[in-house]
Amino acid sequence: MGLTGPSGIGKSILLKALADMLPHQGDIFLGDIESQTISAPQWRRKVALLPAESQWWCETVGEHFQGYDEVLFTHLGFNKDVLDWQVSHLSSGEKQRLACIRVLMNQPEALLLDEPTANLDPDNRAQLELLIRDYQHKHQIPVVWISHDKEQLERVCQQLLTINKSHYDISQIAPEQTEEHGMTA
Amino acid sequence: MIQLTPWDLVIASGMIILLAITSLMLQLNISKQLIIAAIRNVIQLLLIGYILKLIFNSNNLYFLASIATVMLVVAGFEINARQKYPLKRWVGFKIGTSALFISSFAMVLLTLMVIVAPTPWYSPQYAIPLLGMLLGNTMNGISLGMDKLNQTVYLQRLVIEQRLMLGQSYHEAIQDIRAESIRTGMIPIINSMAIAGLVSLPGMMTGQILSGTPPVEAVKYQILIFFLIAAGTGFGIMLAVWMIAKRMFDDRQRLNLDILQIKR
Repeated sequence: MGLTGPSGIGKSILLKALADMLPHQGDIFLGDIESQTISAPQWRRKVALLPAESQWWCETVGEHFQGYDEVLFTHLGFNKDVLDWQVSHLSSGEKQRLACIRVLMNQPEALLLDEPTANLDPDNRAQLELLIRDYQHKHQIPVVWISHDKEQLERVCQQLLTINKSHYDISQIAPEQTEEHGMTA
Repeated sequence: MIQLTPWDLVIASGMIILLAITSLMLQLNISKQLIIAAIRNVIQLLLIGYILKLIFNSNNLYFLASIATVMLVVAGFEINARQKYPLKRWVGFKIGTSALFISSFAMVLLTLMVIVAPTPWYSPQYAIPLLGMLLGNTMNGISLGMDKLNQTVYLQRLVIEQRLMLGQSYHEAIQDIRAESIRTGMIPIINSMAIAGLVSLPGMMTGQILSGTPPVEAVKYQILIFFLIAAGTGFGIMLAVWMIAKRMFDDRQRLNLDILQIKR
């Protein structure tokens, strides 16, 4: 599902609330699991949020990963050497691609993407879109994708939720696929 | 022991005034604070001198307990003074005071009842100076650790949130910062233990020697005090840092910095 609307309307806040990173009202279900019935870290591993700007806290890339996933890393153009790279030398595109791998390695069952390609050039953007689409197809999971880029949303989404001050509406972009899990808030 | 006359202290105060004038001329903006601290120092110490005289003569447990409470409360307030990102006043006081209380009082009771064991065990001549040294040092340690913790968490809040988003528990997400803060608080006491006798003669030992105690006796007391202070400070800092770190997250392990006084 794509999520779009003017800046400051609360799209990012909605995603943070879905990941249980903000206090919220209402119940959030992933399949038949309600967020409050499992621990917050468990929920956040299942319902993964990828913010527009990733944060890194150790010296080298490898310290942020538990293990190495050949398929994911090669898919986004890295090899095993990347684990020894200095975080301070990464470009913003590399950072975002690695952040995406980092999130997917948790094997999330739902993905919340907050302008994941905002800082990427067209090549990187295409690679990342492809990776996410593959992951979604393979695991049949719901993905919520915030973007200001209408064309991108038409490429990657089946449904589009547009939020405005007074109203919101849902439009179909392509024939809807059957989804195993539904997310309702 | 050679007694000091008021004139001796006047001569020494001349040095402070000289320093104040010099810093005024160099525009260091520190002379006012220096003079105020010096005046507070004279008044507070004279006052405590007379109070100690009273307590020593009375040898009363309740009198001692009330003095100890005043010392604890003042130290609890001072912990939160001069912090870059202070905790909200009441929370800071509560956490600081309880950490101070648990660690310092435990050490002092151990000393009074088991190690030195004067009769009666609450003999003020031992209890007050011991408690004073422990509270003072532990207060410094907690204050440094707290400053480091609050500042680092505030500046790295995005990193902490990122780690939470990746499914880390709040323990994992704040572990590095917590360890670093405890280390910062403990550096001064570790340093002073390590250099004692080589670079500086510790204050208590110097005092005892000046008043005529044989050096080796003074050294034994100094070692005891160092160990007590190190243990008291270390446990006090750990307690305070753990309590604050826990309060920085809510029941769903979300970072919540409401306990900091931040001007929004």
